[in-house]
Amino acid sequence: MPKVSREIVVSNKLGLHARPAMQFVDLANQFKSDIVVNKGGEEPATADGKSVMQMIILAATEGTPLMIDADGDDAEEAVRQLVELFESKFGEE
Amino acid sequence: MKLKDFIVPQAVVAELAATDRDGVLRELVSSLAAAGALAQESVDDVVAALMKREQNGSTGFGKGVAVPHVKHPAVKKMAGTVGRSTGGIDFAALDHQPVYSVVLLLSPENQPQQHLQAMNIIFTNLQKDMFRRFLRQSGTREAINELLDEADQGKA
Repeated sequence: MPKVSREIVVSNKLGLHARPAMQFVDLANQFKSDIVVNKGGEEPATADGKSVMQMIILAATEGTPLMIDADGDDAEEAVRQLVELFESKFGEE
Repeated sequence: MKLKDFIVPQAVVAELAATDRDGVLRELVSSLAAAGALAQESVDDVVAALMKREQNGSTGFGKGVAVPHVKHPAVKKMAGTVGRSTGGIDFAALDHQPVYSVVLLLSPENQPQQHLQAMNIIFTNLQKDMFRRFLRQSGTREAINELLDEADQGKA
């Protein structure tokens, strides 16, 4: 099973609040791969990328580095689309 | 940050009178205004903003809890409250189940980091099975406030 990881930095001003967290989880749930999001920085934390509550608990503010890990047959495509979602700033700016 | 840094104890509603989502939003915002955490004349605007937020995507994140929240210019200082419903409320939740516990959060604009920290502490507690169960069983304002204090001390 392929495992794919990519690091991104939260770039929208409001951070990963509820709406973007839900967008992320909605997209993550379209893939079979397991998706885990690791927060770096001063307060490291890990969330299941398919759980809205866990993603909100990350409290990832603007500038926070996040590592997106996908593990499964569609890992490559999952990471590509999830990174794209972050790069779009969730349509906020 | 702790729950009691922003939850207004006198605004906690142990038994919601409202039985639908919009009624619950109004009841909890009115309770915050009555406790002095929000200007009375802002209640309508803030309730409208919360309703709009729910229409964009339910804050009923599953497991019987909902966390309606909004950033609004009428809010001068972050304030939150808790409402409890014995009968359950249809919040159009993600898991299509009724909501029994509501944590409502009002934040000023332009303080996104503080808002995220508050959401973090709310969800850290709501993720815990024991906390959710105790909250559902807490039938008085005093019992809910005690539970929040215990959660802040890491006991619940």
